[in-house]
Order: sequence, then C-alpha cells, then structure tokens
Amino acid sequence: MHARSEASAETPPSWPEDIFSILQRFDARQVPYVPDAGHSQLIERVLKTPSMRAVPLTTEEEGVALLAGAWAGGERGVLLMQSSGVGNCVNMFALTQILRFPFLTLVTMRGEWGEFNPWQVPMGSSTAGVFELSGIKVLRASHGNEVREVVEAAAGQAYNACTPTAVLLSQRLIGAKVFTK
Amino acid sequence: MSKANLLERRSVVSALLAGRKDAIVVGGLGASTYDIAAAGDHDRNFYLWGAMGGAVMIGLGVALAQPKLPVVVITGDGEMLMGIGSLATVGLQKPGNLTIVVLDNEVYGETGGQASHTGGTVDLVGVAKACGIADARALATMGEIEAFAPSMQDVSTGPRFASIKIDSANLERVLASRDGSFIVTRIRSALGFAPI
Repeated sequence: MHARSEASAETPPSWPEDIFSILQRFDARQVPYVPDAGHSQLIERVLKTPSMRAVPLTTEEEGVALLAGAWAGGERGVLLMQSSGVGNCVNMFALTQILRFPFLTLVTMRGEWGEFNPWQVPMGSSTAGVFELSGIKVLRASHGNEVREVVEAAAGQAYNACTPTAVLLSQRLIGAKVFTK
Repeated sequence: MSKANLLERRSVVSALLAGRKDAIVVGGLGASTYDIAAAGDHDRNFYLWGAMGGAVMIGLGVALAQPKLPVVVITGDGEMLMGIGSLATVGLQKPGNLTIVVLDNEVYGETGGQASHTGGTVDLVGVAKACGIADARALATMGEIEAFAPSMQDVSTGPRFASIKIDSANLERVLASRDGSFIVTRIRSALGFAPI
C-alpha cells in the first residue's frame, strides 16, 4: 500500500474527479477497495457520496466476489486496488468468466517508471499478463489528459457488453512514491 | 470423526430453509451447495462450484444491493476459513439482512476428509464476534435451529453468524445447475432485472 507521496501536498490532479464522474454516470454503486495513495482522492469522494457504498476489504479477492453478488442483486460496482493486489485475486477472477458479470477494476500501478522499492517490481511487471491470462481486457492510462477517455471506454465495455476490463493507471501518471529526499 | 449428538447436514439445511420466503441463498462450493439443492431447487439459489473463500462476500454484495431481502450464506468450515477476512469486512459493513451459517464438520470432506483448523484450535463463533458480528452463536440442536430460522427473515437485526457442528458423513451429491451465467440470470430475473 503505497503511502501518500510528497507530490500530493500540491494541487490535486483532476483525473480522479473525471473517474468519479464516469462512475456516477454509469451508476456504479458498490466500490470495494484496498487503499492506495493513487486512489485516495477517489476513495474520499466515494466515501462522501450517499448513492455509493465504499467497502474496505481485507484482501482484493473479496472485491471480485462482492461485485459478483452485487450484480446478482441488481447493482454495478468497481474494484479499486493497487497492482500488488491483482495477484491476490487470481482464482476469484474465474467468476468474471463463469458468471459473466460487468466487472470493472481500476488499478494503480507500482513497480514501474522510477520505482524505488524492488519488492514492487515482480507483481507490477506481471499485472497486465495476469489479467490477460484471466480473460480480462486491459486498458492503460499514462497521462492525466487520457484518463477520462480510457476509463469511459473501459466502463462502457464492462457495463454494456459484460466484458471484464481492467484499467491500469500508470505510475507515470500517479508519480513514483518518494522514499528519500 | 464420528462424535455423539452431531447433526445431519441435510436436515439442518432443510430446517433453515423451510420458511425461506423471498430469501436469496448462497451456497459455498462443495457439500453446502449440494445441501441447498437437496432442500429444493429455487430461482433465488446462488450455487457455487468454485471461487473458494468467496461465499460470504458474494452474500454481502447481494445483501448491500437488496437491503430489504433476507440473504443467507450457507457454507462449510473449509470455505469459511479460506475467506476468513470477509468476516471482518462484513463486521464493518453491518448489513442487517445478512445471515452467515457455517456447517462445520471439522474436515475437508470433498478432498478426502483431511482435518480443518476448526477441529483443532479455531473457534469460528469467536472469530465472527471479534470481527464485529455481535450476533454470533453456536447452534447445537435441531430445536435451536428451528428457533433460529425465522430470525433470518429479519432484515434489520443482522448481520448474524451461526456455526453448526455437523457429522462428517459424505452424502450422495445432489447436483444443482453449474452454469454460472444461468444461475445469476435466474436470480436477477426473479428480482425483476432483465438480461443485458
């Protein structure tokens, strides 16, 4: 779990607000998450929104199962996690193929683009491959000005076509975590 | 593993579900899914044939989406142990309409009867309480189960958790549908949701 970096003391970026608007428009109700600094602005926004239910998890795979149940009960949702959490989900990803439900996840990346901590690199390097092997489509946003169209496309295909989709939010977009000055 | 006074799983599940009304019932993979099928196929049954450790979270997702409907998760001790953290997640969300029932035979029955942690050191009722599920109890007799079953209909007083020690006999499988898309579409249809 990627702590808030020094950069977050500056003006907050606008792309988390873009994501929030898209989730609202697609009527995403359940928002399971394991915290990550890259998602902190979005999580705070969701926690303040009565039409959305933020569900903190103990491990990311819980979120896959939660969204399957949500769909059976008539609601859509989105799983927020960091790249290291994707590995925790592997067996549960089977639900996306077996139940054919509108699975959308937004993943903040670690282990790339100036990473300081080598322990983040193995899972960060295999994140896209793990999704692809699990039958989940992968889209990526690396710059603030492309987040809106990438997340919009992902939400469209996940919710309208029941095509399980992950959006990787690059470490380049979020900023590498600062450990030393 | 035979101990005196342990309950028979099919009788337990039939008693729990006899007055289910509009409840949605999630069965953990393995024998719990067969028990639910044996109690009678139902268009609000969510049978799991995999996703071990996911039963409680699927139940939570349904419960949050349908707060006026009772949601009952029936699973085994091994499946519960694999998703043990989900009790912490449920404890935090406190869905009033969710009931979790663990049929605890203290073994992994589907794989040859290897011992599970609940036959040794783990007290699931204690875990549930410590996770913030205040209404957590052990049910030891059919009388207690029959008295408990109507409380599952109360959508404002959960979440509740019950552990029921059952005998470890391997019963003949009662096979429900294993087509996940069909199972979910059927539940959605029963709730009035159209296919995409």
